[in-house]
Amino acid sequence: MGASLIGARVERKEDYRFLTGSGQYTDDVALPGQTYAAFVRSPHAHAVIKKIDFQKAKNQEGVLAVYTGADLANAKVGGLPCGWLITDVNGQPMKEPPYPSLAQGKVRHVGERVAVVIAETLAQARDAAELVQVDYEVLPAVVDPKKASSSKPIHDIAPNNTCYVWALGDKAAVDAAFAQAAHVTKLDFVNNRLIPNAIEPRSANAVYSRASQDYTLYVASQNPHVERLLMTAFVLGLPESKVRVVAPDVGGGFGSKIYLYPEDVVVTWASKQLNRAVKWTAERSESFLSDAHGRDHVTTAELALDKDGKFLAMRVKTTANLGAYLSTFSSCIPTILYATLLAGQYTTPVIYCEVTSVFTNTAPVDAYRGAGRPEATYVVERLVETAAREMKLDPVEIRRRNFIRQFPYQTPVALCYDTGNYEATLDAALKMADVGNFNKRKEESAKRGKLRGLGYACYIEACGIAPSNVAGSLGARAGLFEAGEVRVHPTGTVTVFTGSHAHGQGHETTFAQVVADRLGLPMEAVEIVHGDTSKVLFGMGTYGSRSIAVGGTAIVKALDKIVAKGKKIAAHLLEASEADIEYDRGEFRVAGTDKKKMFGEVAFAAYVPHNYPLDKLEPGLNENAFYDPTNFTFPAGSYVCEVEIDRDTGATRVAAFTAVDDFGKIINPMIVEGQVHGGLTQGIGQALTEGCQYDDSGQLLTGSFADYCIPRAGDVPQFQLDTRETPCTHNPLGVKGCGEAGAIGAPAAVMNAITDALGVKDIPMPATAQTIWRSMQKAA
Amino acid sequence: MTVTVSMKVNGKPVSAQVEERTLLVTLIREQLRLTGTHVGCDTAQCGACTVHMNGKAIKSCSIVAMQAEGAEILTIEGVAKPDGTLHPMQAAFKEHHGLQCGFCTPGVVMNALDFAKSHPSPSEQEVRESLEGNLCRCTGYHNIVKSIMAGARTMAGSK
Repeated sequence: MGASLIGARVERKEDYRFLTGSGQYTDDVALPGQTYAAFVRSPHAHAVIKKIDFQKAKNQEGVLAVYTGADLANAKVGGLPCGWLITDVNGQPMKEPPYPSLAQGKVRHVGERVAVVIAETLAQARDAAELVQVDYEVLPAVVDPKKASSSKPIHDIAPNNTCYVWALGDKAAVDAAFAQAAHVTKLDFVNNRLIPNAIEPRSANAVYSRASQDYTLYVASQNPHVERLLMTAFVLGLPESKVRVVAPDVGGGFGSKIYLYPEDVVVTWASKQLNRAVKWTAERSESFLSDAHGRDHVTTAELALDKDGKFLAMRVKTTANLGAYLSTFSSCIPTILYATLLAGQYTTPVIYCEVTSVFTNTAPVDAYRGAGRPEATYVVERLVETAAREMKLDPVEIRRRNFIRQFPYQTPVALCYDTGNYEATLDAALKMADVGNFNKRKEESAKRGKLRGLGYACYIEACGIAPSNVAGSLGARAGLFEAGEVRVHPTGTVTVFTGSHAHGQGHETTFAQVVADRLGLPMEAVEIVHGDTSKVLFGMGTYGSRSIAVGGTAIVKALDKIVAKGKKIAAHLLEASEADIEYDRGEFRVAGTDKKKMFGEVAFAAYVPHNYPLDKLEPGLNENAFYDPTNFTFPAGSYVCEVEIDRDTGATRVAAFTAVDDFGKIINPMIVEGQVHGGLTQGIGQALTEGCQYDDSGQLLTGSFADYCIPRAGDVPQFQLDTRETPCTHNPLGVKGCGEAGAIGAPAAVMNAITDALGVKDIPMPATAQTIWRSMQKAA
Repeated sequence: MTVTVSMKVNGKPVSAQVEERTLLVTLIREQLRLTGTHVGCDTAQCGACTVHMNGKAIKSCSIVAMQAEGAEILTIEGVAKPDGTLHPMQAAFKEHHGLQCGFCTPGVVMNALDFAKSHPSPSEQEVRESLEGNLCRCTGYHNIVKSIMAGARTMAGSK
């Protein structure tokens, strides 16, 4: 073998099938006897269901069944569980209202499922669904999270529509620090609600076998084992051994495909009732209405500083909109994954954050790329930049005065950062962005009648949420480890099974690089398998940029076991002491000699054990490992954004965007850059174009790509990227994760640049041309 | 009402019974089982369903199958050589990491193939404008732009 595969720009193994149309996404799966489901959805945000008349629909040609909430209740199908129990400021558990798969007597958001029609063809199912008559008694809707606590309850068990009031930090110490401050910067803002919009709509296709009495569910999921666990143990009451969940090629997730959704439950349950395969694929309008949304915080944030710009304390009060029901991980996003990140890259000694999470008549809200951490970064980096402007300090200098420089560093909000070098990424970003010549570019823009602005964001991220026991003590109802299996075949090729899941991240390539590098095998000798509970031993799936740090480490642990067993076999074959065997690049060698056995020879001996220590060692070469990290990983970086605003129209162009990230060790820089490009674009989308809007009656106003603008190619620049490296100290690969960084850091950088250009304290996101134009008219 | 439609798809004559309202994309995916053409939005905005009809890139979700009567249709499955060798545009996407989840990719490639015919050496700006009708949520377009610029040049050079 030649050079190391770690750090190599290896082209992706998965690309051939995607480029030739041979990918297999859930909607591409056609099963024998396939039937199709169409859901009848509520047109009202809040209403009592008085009557459902589906007889006409049922009589249509090709219609096999119509089911409503009553059928699920009679069958004792349970509600969808929430995976994280938050305990409130008074020590009480959060309010957990039932989340039925089909509405039980009441609907609580537009798009909620009221009935399902299953027919021989999709057209028949959709036509018949139009004929289902539902009588509603419409109730007033609660849409604005700030008005939720003073409105009539949506759920009987949650007075004031409050799920919990939760807090983190030392309030008394923070209040005392504010009393001593030379300067206080205060901002009120909304972290705008987003709709994830993976380009592949959600899809589920289930089949039941009477012969083996088991189910197979194909589903567009980021975590098939979690989907199976939640569905079997909490909803359908089935043994896990009787349910196989396959998440084949998945066309993007960004968080929205982590969760167990009602449609998945309904098609799985219905497949047994009908003894037929039942498929449902969302239309895009259904995605807008019923995928879990993201963000939606209303926040007041304050930063206390001394006269030199040193941060003394931070105080944050947030109202988080959870929507109508608790989606799978909704409760932990605005709490555990938000308040804990408020130290950012700085030595702020005391921080207090209070979060009130409320129910409203809107779609459920859960993790979306970054999940809590973009909201935290927005708070910190908007405060820091605003404070610098108010105190007439250079925004770069104020950051330098407050950077954490000693590691490990215990923050006042529970996390302990193991490593980092914030100065290094900032210095590199300043240079790459040519900040020194910004004023020249600003003058040049002014000559063309444009306003140019410069903004920074220095973010911190916490990836690979762990360890399980700590998370458990904070309310997690699941483990946070990852599993891997390395199966060496008799001829020395390797199949690796991982519990993490790829839906665009390129694990089949990156993980193969890790395996091939560690075993000294060619890439072609390594296959990565994921996404099928019947193949992979277990897994928690992919979210929170955890795959390489947690999933990759599980694989490394299994590889270590393979090499350890290989040494025993080689020692026998070479008639040497096991302690004298070294493994290097595909060869087991007796140290200090030229005696060696190739990896393939050892594998062959393990499966054809004619010359083998059978009295001491089992045949075969196959190892599992589970890895539960001891800490989060902490990627960090510095972003510099330049915008140019048209004075006449308010339209903003991102003129340049520079991102210098520290992801620890990087396995495949090409793939990592792609992750950053995508994250930055979603972050720029949040800042400039994306904003979910409901009207006061709870109707979704942004229900198509014409109304909800995810960035198009013309909305973003070519990015300037670089990296700096402080390896993670607590995993063997030294990796930290890179999937969410761009979406975390970009919104603050863009908004800092826009407010700089306009010379205003704040502008709400998304800063559309209209918003900016109105702001300029008001100022003039 | 069902009707018979006949056309050439990827060079092969095909004939199928469809309802009059059946979309071209539905015929391609459900009846011909060519599932490389995807549906991402139902409203002609995302471009995942882009195919060529008589040599021009069209969104196959926005016409009914009957409108393609007698037409020559090219889908992503017909782009590589019969022996499986990637077309230069496909190869450029692989080399420049112009795809991640792969869902928008067939539509983006089909659009790029049509665009490259008239733009042998496109600028970044021209490529970005050509992508107005294709949405990608993974790549931030950065590497799609690089891929199309490179692919177009290779196509022009190999003529």
